Amino acid sequence: METADLIFRIVLIVIVFAISLVVAMYSTYAERKVAAFFQDRIGPNRAGPWGILQPLADGGKMFLKEEIIPTNATGFLFIVGPSLAILTACIGSAVIPWGKAISIGSHTFDLQVTDINVGVLYIFGVVSLGVYGVMIGGWASNNKYSLLGAIRAASQNISYEISMGLSIIALLMLTGTLSLKEIAEQQHSWHWNIIRQPLGFILFIVCAFAETNRTPFDLPECETELVGGYHTEYSSMKLGFYLFAEYINMFISSAVMATLYWGGYNYPFMDDVAASLGANPAAIIGVVVLFAKIFLFIFFFMWVRWTIPRFRYDQLMDLGWKILIPLAIANIVLTGIGSTLLTHLGY
Amino acid sequence: MESLSNKKKVLEVKPLNFLERAYLPAIAGGLATTMKHFFKKPVTISYPEEKREYSENFRGMHSLKRDENGKERCTACGLCALSCPAEAITMTAAERQPGEEHLYREEKYAAVYEINMLRCIFCGLCEEACPKEAIYLDGDHVPADYLRKDFIYGKDKLVEAPLNQ
Amino acid sequence: MSTFYFIAFLSIFFSILVISAKNPVHSILYLILTFFTFTIHYILLNAQFLAIVNFIVYMGAILVLFLYTLMLINLNKESEPVKPFMVKIAGVFGGGILAVALASSLKLVAASNPVILKNPDLGLVKNLGKVLFNEFLLPFEVSSVLLLSAMVGAVLLATKDPKTA
Repeated sequence: METADLIFRIVLIVIVFAISLVVAMYSTYAERKVAAFFQDRIGPNRAGPWGILQPLADGGKMFLKEEIIPTNATGFLFIVGPSLAILTACIGSAVIPWGKAISIGSHTFDLQVTDINVGVLYIFGVVSLGVYGVMIGGWASNNKYSLLGAIRAASQNISYEISMGLSIIALLMLTGTLSLKEIAEQQHSWHWNIIRQPLGFILFIVCAFAETNRTPFDLPECETELVGGYHTEYSSMKLGFYLFAEYINMFISSAVMATLYWGGYNYPFMDDVAASLGANPAAIIGVVVLFAKIFLFIFFFMWVRWTIPRFRYDQLMDLGWKILIPLAIANIVLTGIGSTLLTHLGY
Repeated sequence: MESLSNKKKVLEVKPLNFLERAYLPAIAGGLATTMKHFFKKPVTISYPEEKREYSENFRGMHSLKRDENGKERCTACGLCALSCPAEAITMTAAERQPGEEHLYREEKYAAVYEINMLRCIFCGLCEEACPKEAIYLDGDHVPADYLRKDFIYGKDKLVEAPLNQ
Repeated sequence: MSTFYFIAFLSIFFSILVISAKNPVHSILYLILTFFTFTIHYILLNAQFLAIVNFIVYMGAILVLFLYTLMLINLNKESEPVKPFMVKIAGVFGGGILAVALASSLKLVAASNPVILKNPDLGLVKNLGKVLFNEFLLPFEVSSVLLLSAMVGAVLLATKDPKTA
């Protein structure tokens, strides 16, 4: 690997990391503002103009609060839990293509940290690993509520991973590749995968809600039944890490949805823009477009949170196993039949 | 049994049709409802800056009044303490010394006048009992505090500011 | 090569911790680390698909289930069954025989014969898929039938008998 490429990659890693943290920080602010608007309120408006310094104030509060480790907790694992949660949340961003390649001088740089040819599966692996943070933390707290929250998180994640995987298989049958970069490239201009896979997208987004533990699937931390769920015993920044990990997960899964189904950094008439403005500005517009899509998805996450009440646990399992999985399998069959017919008809 | 009022409505529980069972239309409807609220004007009143309109006869914190010359009206007769159903008021009377005529209206005045705001129920009976029109519940809300002893308000907090200020 | 030795050392180290850990949950956590080192081994062998599948299926699903069950059953010293002396003897005997067998088999293959892959890209998804669906189509399909029958069996076991229920 060339030195220039290596340096660029390190810079990109730092930038992506910083962006995901900032987005997560401001998601907490946005969540409170959006919730307020949905409930005819104003929301936080005291820290700075319109309250935009609120996340900093919250972060400062988290750092300065008293650090409590319960006497009967397993000390080491109690700390490993939140660390693992935030680690797995952050490493998911490595394979997401943020934009087309940018050329500076004679070099071209990919706006993607690494393009491994099993990118989609990598995302899956990271998501499935994410449950360990919750489980270890919940178990190490030595508290019944925490344990129940951890167990709910584990069974929920495993159940919804299946239908998520099945819904993606239908997409992979059409794209023929596991590399996120290639999938993004295929959706050039307006040929977004959502046109070919509407049902698959609905299944995927439902599963994404479940995997990120967002309402209506936030059973691992539901206050009314389990006090605080898996983070009942946590305080100060360790609690902050858990909450932060949830928002980073939301950001990453929004990016994945945008890339897989909504064209990623592609936008209609991108060729005309590239012809009139040059390749680099067009690529930067692509990055902006991708982020606009991501923010729309994050907004959708919040919108749903303040609309739909939480499921009961048996309803959650019913939905996962009896509805989503059969639908996903039907989607695979339909996709197979459809694509075969279309190739025979000569499209 | 036959209904007595004939107001009973028999509801038929229909099985859900396919669209209802798919839930997606219902979810879309819910999302539309919340989105309508997103663009509504907030009903919040940012309290210290804006205040809601108060009723004419709102009873807030007490104030001990002065007369038109700036003298304290209270003569420590004790009728307010007597009328208080919560026994929140205590006072100590003192005799006006020569040279204090500009401070107190009559020969007798309240050297100590205390209201325990934790006991007070803001009924306004002290206001009605006062023969000298010395006490009125025309102030703001009683603010929160950290210690119980800080809720016992003395003359420093209750007496109106002097006129010439 | 030094990476391989380091990772191999870690795998052995963690697997020893798996069997020596007192707490069953800790032992599962060490097992997760062991599987993680296996994933790195696969990556070193350029078998990306196998690596990621090991990651998802073993680390992400099977061991989560292990952890899940272990968290629910309260395994501590008091509830551990007392093992009779004969079982201990049998354990030592069996372990000794295994050690002898391993030692003798290692002696037989003194000069290891490294397997050289004809196609170093065999582990990539595309090539793996082609091999699976051409050369090894029959075993692949047979194993899927096996999995299906296992699934049906599990469902049968889980459903209640209508007569007894």
